Amino acid sequence: MTATPLDKPMPLSKVGLSHTAIFWIGFCVVMVILIAAPLVLPEFWRRFLTEVLIWGLLAMSSDLLIGYTGMVSFGHSAFFGLGMYGASGALIAFSPNLWLAILFGLTGAACTALFVAYFSTRLRDIYFAITTLIFSQIFYVIIFTWTRVTGGENGLIFNRPHLWIPFIYDARFTSTTMHWFVLVVVAGSYLILRRITQSPFGMVLQSIRENEPRTRAIGYPVAQYKMVSVMLSGLFAGLAGVLYAVQNEFAAPNFVFFLTSGETVIYNVMGGIGTLVGPIVGAGFFQLMRELLSRFLGDQFPYLIPLGIVFIAMIIFLPQGLLGFARRWLNR
Amino acid sequence: MDAVSQFFHAIPFDLILIQTINGIVTGMILALIASGLTLIFGIMDVVNFAHGELFMLGAYVGVVIVATTGSFWLGLIASALIMAIFGAALQIITLRPLVGRDPLNTILATFGASLVLQNYALWQFGPVSRKIPEPISSRFTLFYLQYPWYRIVIALLSAAIIGGFWLFLKYSKFGIWIRATAQDRVMAQAMGIPVPLVYTGVFALGSAMAAASGVLFAPTTGVDHSMGLDWVLKAFIVVVVGGMGNLGGSILAAIFISLLEAYAAIWLDPSQAVIVSFVVLILTLLFRPTGLFVATPK
Repeated sequence: MTATPLDKPMPLSKVGLSHTAIFWIGFCVVMVILIAAPLVLPEFWRRFLTEVLIWGLLAMSSDLLIGYTGMVSFGHSAFFGLGMYGASGALIAFSPNLWLAILFGLTGAACTALFVAYFSTRLRDIYFAITTLIFSQIFYVIIFTWTRVTGGENGLIFNRPHLWIPFIYDARFTSTTMHWFVLVVVAGSYLILRRITQSPFGMVLQSIRENEPRTRAIGYPVAQYKMVSVMLSGLFAGLAGVLYAVQNEFAAPNFVFFLTSGETVIYNVMGGIGTLVGPIVGAGFFQLMRELLSRFLGDQFPYLIPLGIVFIAMIIFLPQGLLGFARRWLNR
Repeated sequence: MDAVSQFFHAIPFDLILIQTINGIVTGMILALIASGLTLIFGIMDVVNFAHGELFMLGAYVGVVIVATTGSFWLGLIASALIMAIFGAALQIITLRPLVGRDPLNTILATFGASLVLQNYALWQFGPVSRKIPEPISSRFTLFYLQYPWYRIVIALLSAAIIGGFWLFLKYSKFGIWIRATAQDRVMAQAMGIPVPLVYTGVFALGSAMAAASGVLFAPTTGVDHSMGLDWVLKAFIVVVVGGMGNLGGSILAAIFISLLEAYAAIWLDPSQAVIVSFVVLILTLLFRPTGLFVATPK
């Protein structure tokens, strides 16, 4: 067997570092910056950065579908919201335990994802997008009208649990430890998702994106792969929901509303689909633009008008997104 | 026997009749919106997320014209014309550069357009809902209700517009172009049909129909910036249930779903009645993914 070009270690720079080394050095540099950031930034921007990371996790989860499996989901708000409500419900009904909240949030998101995946993966392309959108609206209507359990329009408010690591650490969250906690979860999720997309399973997903009939013809059970992909994606979206609930100490129905899903797709397209880090960058770009616009133009000005125009322009002129140029390199 | 008669007494026949009329009226408006949506999809492979916003903007244009001129019918026609021009411009700016790319790009572009339009409406007209006075204020007695004639007129007018549109597709030159493009884009172009013009024309036509339904609907509950999303979601359900790109199917599906929702509203809260149409959608997807009102594919 001859060695294919992919097997060779490819020296990227003149220094002679391998691709892997450069990737990990880059990863560590970014991590160090993000770890150090809350120590330097003022309170507002610290929270801002934490939220960007959470939105980034949500967008990254949906990138698994959009960028790798080739299915645009317009229903990620359902997973996000159910993660949020699952965590809030556990914190209110049982004990204020962080890990219990995560467990319940993930369970909620997983059940939703199973339900959505079962029905929506029968459909492709546009039909998939519409179906996920409608499913997320079903959950929105249920949450909005089931006032007795979900608090209806007011949502659920609770006290933030302690950051509790058994036998080691138990203290209240400060905005700094919150940021670090979110960072650990998001970075961990990134590594897991990256591993997934590079695994044989991820390769099948990408081949579904490239040519579904041919993948089926080779003999892969495409429907099952798609379902697992939707469920994985939903699970990570639910994790983002849990983090958001814990950070803001509430769960509200607007986050289950379609706009959250739409913004998730915007983050993906702005940052560059199929890169995993791109969506985080996209989320940061979007949130930063939004913050700056509302500072310069006043709170009353609907920031989505200029941002929507930027979004349309990016679809037309920069369909690869901000990080699209690095897509191949990041996925190697 | 007693149980049977009790059962029949428990059915509120008067309510059912009222809700049947309500359902048909809403269904006709929905059919008008959905036929534009399904037309745009069938011809251009574009899922127009901004369709609800075209409906909403059309209604607002109607509100403004009715407020300045005082004539509802002038408002209806002018709004349809203005929104047709606007729709053509929107198509040229946002969709024409995307021709030939993955259809998913067009969803994203129209989604961006819908965000911009919705927020523009919020910014321009404020969050308070506006209302147009009913052009026909007479009513007739329906059981204990004074039912407005205007609602019946809505249903008839919508039917007339859809009928006129059908005739236009069937017999006019442009209609034949549209159908030819829907059948085979490349061949149509080879035959000398200006396909880009047909695309723009179809989008303008769909926008005009959405605007017309917006103005017709405006006197019943009022106009606000967020009404587009509700309607576009319903229209999506209708289009999927009726079969994508199938005009007759979506009209039937629109009436079917509106009737179901109207009946459900007898026993449920109206906001929960929406779930009925979601359930219809799920069942359709499970058993007839190609649509309820199309011939079974062989």
